[in-house]
Amino acid sequence: MDAAELVDGLVAGNRRALARAITHVEADSATGRAVRRLAYPRTGRAQTVGVTGSAGAGKSTLVGAIAREQRRRGRTVGIVAVDPSSPFSHGAILGDRIRMQDLTGDPGVFLRSMASRGNLGGLSEAATGVVDLMDAAGFEVVLIETVGAGQDEVEVATTAQTTVLVANPGAGDEVQSMKAGLMEIAQIMVVNKADLAGADTAVAQLRALLAIATVGAWVPPILKTVAKANEGVTELVDAIDQHSAHIRSDEHAAEERARHVRGQIIDLARAALHRQALEAATRSGALEALVEEVAARRRDPRSAALELLETLRRSWGASTSDRT
Amino acid sequence: MTQPATEASAPPTERPIRVLIAKPGLDGHDRGAKVVARALRDAGMEVVYTGIRQTPQMIAEAALQEDVQVVGLSILSGAHLGLFPRVVEELTARGVDDVLLFAGGIIPADDVAEVQAMGFKGVFGPGTDTREIIEFVREHAPKRT
Repeated sequence: MDAAELVDGLVAGNRRALARAITHVEADSATGRAVRRLAYPRTGRAQTVGVTGSAGAGKSTLVGAIAREQRRRGRTVGIVAVDPSSPFSHGAILGDRIRMQDLTGDPGVFLRSMASRGNLGGLSEAATGVVDLMDAAGFEVVLIETVGAGQDEVEVATTAQTTVLVANPGAGDEVQSMKAGLMEIAQIMVVNKADLAGADTAVAQLRALLAIATVGAWVPPILKTVAKANEGVTELVDAIDQHSAHIRSDEHAAEERARHVRGQIIDLARAALHRQALEAATRSGALEALVEEVAARRRDPRSAALELLETLRRSWGASTSDRT
Repeated sequence: MTQPATEASAPPTERPIRVLIAKPGLDGHDRGAKVVARALRDAGMEVVYTGIRQTPQMIAEAALQEDVQVVGLSILSGAHLGLFPRVVEELTARGVDDVLLFAGGIIPADDVAEVQAMGFKGVFGPGTDTREIIEFVREHAPKRT
């Protein structure tokens, strides 16, 4: 099937066309890029929700619980579950289906597992496209679960309209680390595993951090859940719905849409720049030459980085126009 | 088992092979399935693992949604002659006709030919060297993009 057939197929509800289209987008093939171009005008209806947080915070379980609650409310649900690739073998074990087994047989649910494939920005480049395809395919809710590992957490913020940050009781250091921008990217905060000691302390810490964060018209609620027992999930989905209504309200819609796509364009450009620059630097040997100089302490790393950029700028001057 | 690489290295330019490892039926012993999943991961593949007690419908639906190139089934309960054809049926019913199938677990020698005739190109019993499975998957996995 070519790109047009894939997009026509997925818009018409053909699940196999959707699955294959995602494969092309993930591979960033020529067909994949054409699929994204053709599908994008069909997007914009889905409620897109990113769920992020540290490994072990209970993201998969929470995503499963949100999906079940959304199904109870009669909505169809697409899920994109991201697990890390091994930096050694580049392989991955994608195990999110284990916690969502009951959703596999539901025709109103489509779950796709993705590997992060390194940290060259490839995750946000691909995941944003996969979310768009599920939106174009008519899923009313699209959930994106990503492993929280620094930069990726910020990236998920532009992949979804609503970002839910998941923390746990007793994770004081983790909450501290959220000062660095994470508070600003989350629209809803959840203390999951709230049956453990320290849940109220964690909520209080988040509240204190929120008090000094820069927030706009939407003030992020802080909720407690016990995802495995399905506690607090109704309230969480209510909060997600409230945020959806907020960003779709006449007062905020235009501004929110601009904010969202501006973030996406910047993130995707940064990811593509990062990837292309590293590829070019590696291919030309410029990087290795500088590595040698810095390793021998004949040069400092900062000036080497600027020199690398200068080399790339010169080599790109003539050819940027035909890059994809 | 292959030796996993111990140093981080640049990602491969080729897309990793995607594999679904599933356990149909009622036995709960997934040690073998996990060993194979990990070996394939260490060989650079992306392995979707579904967990135990999967119905043929769940396995076929997962294979469709994940667009895997390879489906490996592990079974120890003895129900392979009943369950395997139903997995193939469910895959066919969904138009998933371009995946490599292989099977592992306890499959008596007398049944191997029958299982192969169902479309399972590889049948790997206990004690199989995981390198053999990795080679098999690399050699036979259909291309996707």
